[in-house]
Amino acid sequence: MIRDVLKRCWPRGRALVSAVPFLWLFLFFLVPFIIVLKISFSDAQIAMPPYQPLLHWVSDKALQVQLNFGNFAFLVEDNLYWKAYLNSIKIAGVSTLLCLLLGYPMAYAMARSAASTRNVLLLLVILPFWTSFLLRVYAWIGILKNNGLINNALMALGIIDQPIQMLQTDFAVYIGIVYSYLPFMILPLYANLEKMDLTLLEAADDLGCRPWEAFLKITLPLSVPGMIAGCLLVFIPAVGEFVIPALLGDPGILMIGKVLWTEFFNNRDWPVASAVAIALLLFLVIPIMYFQRAQDAEAGKGAHR
Amino acid sequence: MKLGRTWFRTLSLILGFAFLYIPIISLIVFSFNESRLVTVWGGFSTKWYAALVRNQQILDAAWLSLKVAAISATIAVALGTLTGMALARFGPFRGRTMLSGMATAPLVMPEVITGLSLLLLFVTMEQLIGWPAGRGMTTIIIAHITFAMAFVTVIVQSRLAQFDESLEEAAQDLGARPAKVFFLVTLPIIFPALLSGWLLAFTLSLDDVVIASFVAGPGSSTLPMVVFSKVRLGVSPDINALATIMVAVVAVGVVVAGVLMSRQQKIRDRDAQMALAANQQMIESLKKG
Repeated sequence: MIRDVLKRCWPRGRALVSAVPFLWLFLFFLVPFIIVLKISFSDAQIAMPPYQPLLHWVSDKALQVQLNFGNFAFLVEDNLYWKAYLNSIKIAGVSTLLCLLLGYPMAYAMARSAASTRNVLLLLVILPFWTSFLLRVYAWIGILKNNGLINNALMALGIIDQPIQMLQTDFAVYIGIVYSYLPFMILPLYANLEKMDLTLLEAADDLGCRPWEAFLKITLPLSVPGMIAGCLLVFIPAVGEFVIPALLGDPGILMIGKVLWTEFFNNRDWPVASAVAIALLLFLVIPIMYFQRAQDAEAGKGAHR
Repeated sequence: MKLGRTWFRTLSLILGFAFLYIPIISLIVFSFNESRLVTVWGGFSTKWYAALVRNQQILDAAWLSLKVAAISATIAVALGTLTGMALARFGPFRGRTMLSGMATAPLVMPEVITGLSLLLLFVTMEQLIGWPAGRGMTTIIIAHITFAMAFVTVIVQSRLAQFDESLEEAAQDLGARPAKVFFLVTLPIIFPALLSGWLLAFTLSLDDVVIASFVAGPGSSTLPMVVFSKVRLGVSPDINALATIMVAVVAVGVVVAGVLMSRQQKIRDRDAQMALAANQQMIESLKKG
């Protein structure tokens, strides 16, 4: 009897294949967000875990839900959070633009080079990816600091007398983000540009179009999906970036990832940290959904090429 | 005109790759520096490597990180392959949108959010069912599987989309059951993708400091956590030595993998040619007969 029920309900074949990862992601990706949402509405208290439960048994029968919007009110009222959000968006936006300006010519040059060198160049772009991101950010400390490589070189050449303060500035954060996320920009752009039908450019040439004009009128518009994918891959994680501003930025830099970290680890205020996370997520949900649609469309397109 | 554009392309490649590689090269060069000042050259020395090997804290953390990375990469490849199969091969099914959404969101989700949300899940689960008791290696592994499987899924899905489904259909027509088709046809073809997915998951896990900081317990510091707390206090040459070792391992691994894959590709090409030739012969003999 029980065996029959089990047999009927137990997923088989295809259903089983999709059910296993589905359950995993449901439990370890979706449910956690619901818990974050729940805790963002609760009160902090000095205990472990340091927050009060939302649900109280008032008497034996009544279950009282106590929602506390105080954490969100706190975020709205305190200027610090607004500034941190806006500053994060500004830094991520500028870095994304810089990545695009640097990555586009590289991706273009890679896609238009000989087929034999193409794979080597691609490998060279991916290779830094495999070495530690943390250690590559660390490398910039030695390059940018006051007695670092750049300042030493400039002073040895007699161009400057005093070292230029570069470490612990926004400039260093831009460098760090562009450096770390550049491959994320190049790879989708390259994939897009490499697929492009070059006969279109020949046709334009036959019809008397100058190469520069052909680039602006044909190549650039056709590469927009690659640009969007690359920009989203850089922008979304960069908004919440913590390691780069912590290592290269000013100690007082206002970025939302750092604020969340401080609330959680230094102030031990889990409810406010949760509220910060929810607010960040609300802001990112539209770009994330857009990214997913583009990603799914792109993944399905390669079939039967 | 043509010449001018070639020149521009070469220049942008040179500048771009210089930007990508100069920091790594500087790390390597200064790991052999005698002086404690990381950026002033004081003569050749390998003493920082000796200091690294004597540092028990770093060794313990490295061992923990390697274990976490190996286990989480393996499980992430298994789960990511299942997800990739479901998304690339099953057509529309109930829950497909949700599965694809949950599978790709970790690619771009800021790490602070993933870390915080998983920690709160583990705390809640411990309160409700008593598992996981405390936080440590298990919780780090679960967290790393969850975000690494997204990368594996994307790699597997795009590999599956590229190769011809008719191969699988042919095997099925010849009477192979789905599981057999998967293990004898699909798996060997997508194997290089699984390998690169595993390596990517492994390095992502070995690299993660933010998520691990949230979900690790007090007694379990991974290598990136130790490195991060050391680096926050300033540069130190033994970290350069550590970086050099990692770069060397990666470089050797990539070269070996590249040679193996190109050899396999050659074998496959030869097989395909032989099959074509055999086909040709058969057709000709049929024509004659």
